[in-house]
Amino acid sequence: MTDITATPTGAQSTQPQTSAGLSRRDKRNAKASQRNYRNKLKNEQAPKMTKGQRVSSWVLHIIMFLMAAYCVIPLFWLLFASTKSNGGLYNSFGLWFANSKNGGFQLWQNLVGTFSYNGAIYGRWLLNTVIYAVVVGLGSTVIAAFAGYAVAVMKFPGRKLLLSVTLAFMSIPTTVITIPLFLMYSQIGLVDTMWAVIIPQLSFPFGLYLMIIYAQQSIPISLVEAAKLDGASHWKIFWKIALPLLSPGFVTVLLFSLVGAWNNYFLPLIMLSDRSNYPLTVGLNLWLKMSGDSSVGGGLPDSYIITGSLVAVVPLIISFFFLQRYWQSGLSAGAVK
Amino acid sequence: MAHSATVDGGKVHPARTSGRKKEKGRKERWEWSGLAFSTPYVVVFLFGTILPLLYALYLGFFQTKMIGGTAFVGFSNYVQAFTDPTFWQGFRRVSIYAVIQVPIVVILALVAALILDSGRIKHVAVPRILVFLPYAVPSVVAALMWSYIYGQDYGLVGQFFQLFGGKSPDLLSSQLIMFAIMNIVVWGFMGYNMLIYYSSLRTIPDELYEAARLDGASEMRIAWSIKIPAIKGSIVMTVVFCLIGAFQLFNEPNLLQAIAPDAINSSYTPNMYTYTLAFKGQNVNYAAAVSLVAGLVTMIVIGIVKFIGDKWSEND
Repeated sequence: MTDITATPTGAQSTQPQTSAGLSRRDKRNAKASQRNYRNKLKNEQAPKMTKGQRVSSWVLHIIMFLMAAYCVIPLFWLLFASTKSNGGLYNSFGLWFANSKNGGFQLWQNLVGTFSYNGAIYGRWLLNTVIYAVVVGLGSTVIAAFAGYAVAVMKFPGRKLLLSVTLAFMSIPTTVITIPLFLMYSQIGLVDTMWAVIIPQLSFPFGLYLMIIYAQQSIPISLVEAAKLDGASHWKIFWKIALPLLSPGFVTVLLFSLVGAWNNYFLPLIMLSDRSNYPLTVGLNLWLKMSGDSSVGGGLPDSYIITGSLVAVVPLIISFFFLQRYWQSGLSAGAVK
Repeated sequence: MAHSATVDGGKVHPARTSGRKKEKGRKERWEWSGLAFSTPYVVVFLFGTILPLLYALYLGFFQTKMIGGTAFVGFSNYVQAFTDPTFWQGFRRVSIYAVIQVPIVVILALVAALILDSGRIKHVAVPRILVFLPYAVPSVVAALMWSYIYGQDYGLVGQFFQLFGGKSPDLLSSQLIMFAIMNIVVWGFMGYNMLIYYSSLRTIPDELYEAARLDGASEMRIAWSIKIPAIKGSIVMTVVFCLIGAFQLFNEPNLLQAIAPDAINSSYTPNMYTYTLAFKGQNVNYAAAVSLVAGLVTMIVIGIVKFIGDKWSEND
């Protein structure tokens, strides 16, 4: 793995300083040619495949298919379920549309119902979720980029301490901190404000760890030194040189942070009691509780909860399809090789 | 992560000494602007992590009584937390859960990654993204979705059993609900782990396989003797992450509690217990002590597993 404890000058002497764009292109080319080579090999070998190999090939395809089906079927279920009326939900097959006898195709009605139920509070929750995700995502990523840049290219007092604390807190269960957070924030009057959900998530040790690695790999120290000789301040170097070089890593950390904030449940559940501050996760849980409690939940159909769940999931699924590359690079940088 | 800075602290780090030698030639100078760049992170880290922990530690030394107000009670809250049978019951439950769930998710993810890497699958990108998709689903939504799917009469599982004329077991009963939760978490994280293994597998040079193939090794043999040993580090890392997830289990049981209140009580996991203490019991001092003790015990377990794992991944 990359040794992130090395000092900036040490890193310079041990790592060849290629520009990030170039090395990435090289990697991509190498991968492409490797793929071509493998395909060629496979095509050459194809006719030679023994019967045993053909059988094992089939077995591998079947196992993979079953795994993919296991992962995707619940999502298809959600998709079909959100097109059904409350009656259709219980009287039709889970992986197909309901026929007209059972209410037929009701997606639009469900969406309208979900967004208008309970004084149109669902829209508020969706907006809150977007606010939490964007503020936490951008905020924590920018903060991590600042600190990561400093650790990677500068020598300053406390650098080692910052590094060791970051590494130590990467594997601390975050929920252990949540109850203490609540106790402290209720003392200083932050509880039940949006800040109570935002501030704790702004420090993101895993994000800082990734940033340090990316910064060490992609910012040539010689370039920073040269800019300094020309009289540029670190502030200027960061925005003009470092950040553009860091941008792929920046997007990766942003994605992790954004998804973490979008999916967070425990922290807002604890911090918030005013419904109008809820994110979707806590709001949906409230609806589920209401529908179970017959005295309060009069008239909250399950189909609204399900449609609400679908709307909560769709933005992230779309982002996964379009931003696959960044997920991969983040995961492989985080992985110990 | 194998060399964490805390481990290096005592030893002379090679990179550091070489850095020092260089600096002798140059003029050694602190770059104070580094502090300015780190300040935002340090501030949010203090307010988001360190200060709350210290405050909870402080709270744990006091007790509020109906008569007499708040009094310093020394370690008694912590001693009580360490010997609290309700806490240990929850801890035992998540331990059993971890012992079953973590191997399942790791092995399934490993099998998937090895199949993707075998070169026998056409269009690798398709199964790769499909298996990763559940990671996009918030755990609350995942639990909600599966709770409908589990439905004995109307859910997908129920319908599946009816297809064969049977009746599905009640997955939300107190005997089976732990497995129902395991399934939800395995579903959500299998693809994440698979991608980590897959990206590590892609970094193994092909020559290693070719040499083994020339020696007549089967693909199974190569996977077992070359590929898995080569990604030991990734496996240890994911095991640690999965364990952390298992010991702080909260979201899924908390949500399912609304549907199956008989199967999940309010101290089902250590996290649910501290949550209940802090909100329902209103005993903040004791809640602070229990949450810190729970964190400490979890970190000890994880530390031991990480130590064994690092030893295993270092020797070949």
